[in-house]
Amino acid sequence: MVNSDQTPSPGDWELQSGESRLLQVLEAGHFAVTAELNAPDSADPKDVYANVAELGDVCDGINATDGSGANCHMSSVACCALMARAGYEPVLQMGCRDRNRIAIQGDLLGAAALGVRNVLCLTGDDVSAGDQPEARRVFDFDALHLLRTARIMRDQGVLLSGRKLTTPPDFFLGAAANPFVPPQDLRHLRLAKKIEAGAQFIQTQYCYDLPVFESFMRRARDMGLHEKVYLLVGVGPLRSERAAEFMRSRVPGVHIPDAVVDRLAKTPRKRKRAEGIRICVEIIEEVKQIEGVHGVHIMAYRQEEAVPEIVERAGILREKPKK
Amino acid sequence: MPGSEWLKNRPRLLEGVYAGSKSALQLLYPLLKRVLPAAFTERVFVWSEEVSKGYLFNCQMCGQCILHSTGMTCPMNCPKNLRNGPCGGVRQNGHCEVIPEMPCVWVQAWRRDAQMGRYAGEIQLLQPPVNRALQNSSAWLNLLEGADAQPPSGWSTIELE
Repeated sequence: MVNSDQTPSPGDWELQSGESRLLQVLEAGHFAVTAELNAPDSADPKDVYANVAELGDVCDGINATDGSGANCHMSSVACCALMARAGYEPVLQMGCRDRNRIAIQGDLLGAAALGVRNVLCLTGDDVSAGDQPEARRVFDFDALHLLRTARIMRDQGVLLSGRKLTTPPDFFLGAAANPFVPPQDLRHLRLAKKIEAGAQFIQTQYCYDLPVFESFMRRARDMGLHEKVYLLVGVGPLRSERAAEFMRSRVPGVHIPDAVVDRLAKTPRKRKRAEGIRICVEIIEEVKQIEGVHGVHIMAYRQEEAVPEIVERAGILREKPKK
Repeated sequence: MPGSEWLKNRPRLLEGVYAGSKSALQLLYPLLKRVLPAAFTERVFVWSEEVSKGYLFNCQMCGQCILHSTGMTCPMNCPKNLRNGPCGGVRQNGHCEVIPEMPCVWVQAWRRDAQMGRYAGEIQLLQPPVNRALQNSSAWLNLLEGADAQPPSGWSTIELE
């Protein structure tokens, strides 16, 4: 059983009203900070709260991943529900790899009922990236179908079939962008398509290559996209050159330039971790200056304890309204 | 992968063949429908699509062909079945996240779209979800009957505003 301070009173289970607090932060013009929760391999809610503890005070939103890298962890809907009832601002990551359209719409309704306001709509890593590559891949929808369906549920109050919803979900809808992989010269066009489908905020893949990111943003600004969407740049500390090498060769879609890997390789072993954090801070300081960037999304896999330090050193720590 | 690379890299030629075939079939179809039993027509079309589009595009017989909107490159060859690609997992060499030796079909599709004539730019259209019930039916007949252009009824509610 859950211990008493985490058990909500029956009233807490009524549909929580009010719009996304992440949206409020962005609308107020603040530089937003979101971070990624390491979803536990556990059936105990305490493990979620342990991982989220470092993040809550410095973040405007916390993403719960949806079987990231095609590895099974506690479901994102459950992680988000647990975070919401403890007063955190969850961002539900929803992928298309494991669910067909019926399950997707059902999970969206369920998540909204449990207090989730932010949804990041993803296609998802392929099953082959994970530790159960023999699983069936679903991909009934792609990320754009998911986005538009969530928007239809919210704005039109119907399911994709046209059937009416008694109470539609109130979502702040997001999507991912990866400016760092081919076709780099066309990635802004897919961003435009996601905005058309319903994306209100974007969280990008890890940014370690500033020139590529800058040219992506230039193209996006030329289309006026920076005024239509809140864009949070994905960042994260690298533990060592070996971690960097692993990520860029094994994690789908991660691009790390040689210069970054070399810099870590040249750093003495004891200072590598600090150097990784310094690189992350430098990147935040750079992207903060770029027009059209509204925040950062910190993905510090198994380095959650580094997130407060990164936020503080990058000068993006704000007084947070009490959660 | 089967199919002719030489032809695939000539999307302008292929879109011409598509447009010509479409006009011819639209003209002939009413007559065809009158003289041939529907089940026979379906069988002949399915067989000829399996052979021709199978060879040309490695067609997966989804039954709702959007080749002319995707640079004459079959999106159903994407292991994630994306209708609005490419995904964020494309490798630095432009190859597929899932099948490392295969070039990403969506990177090819965008490049080929730019080489096209009358349908160039259609790759930017937001494609509706796939109707899985049309799998293994004839895309040509679905086109002629309009069965391929019926997205779920909720899908179009936004445009109707």
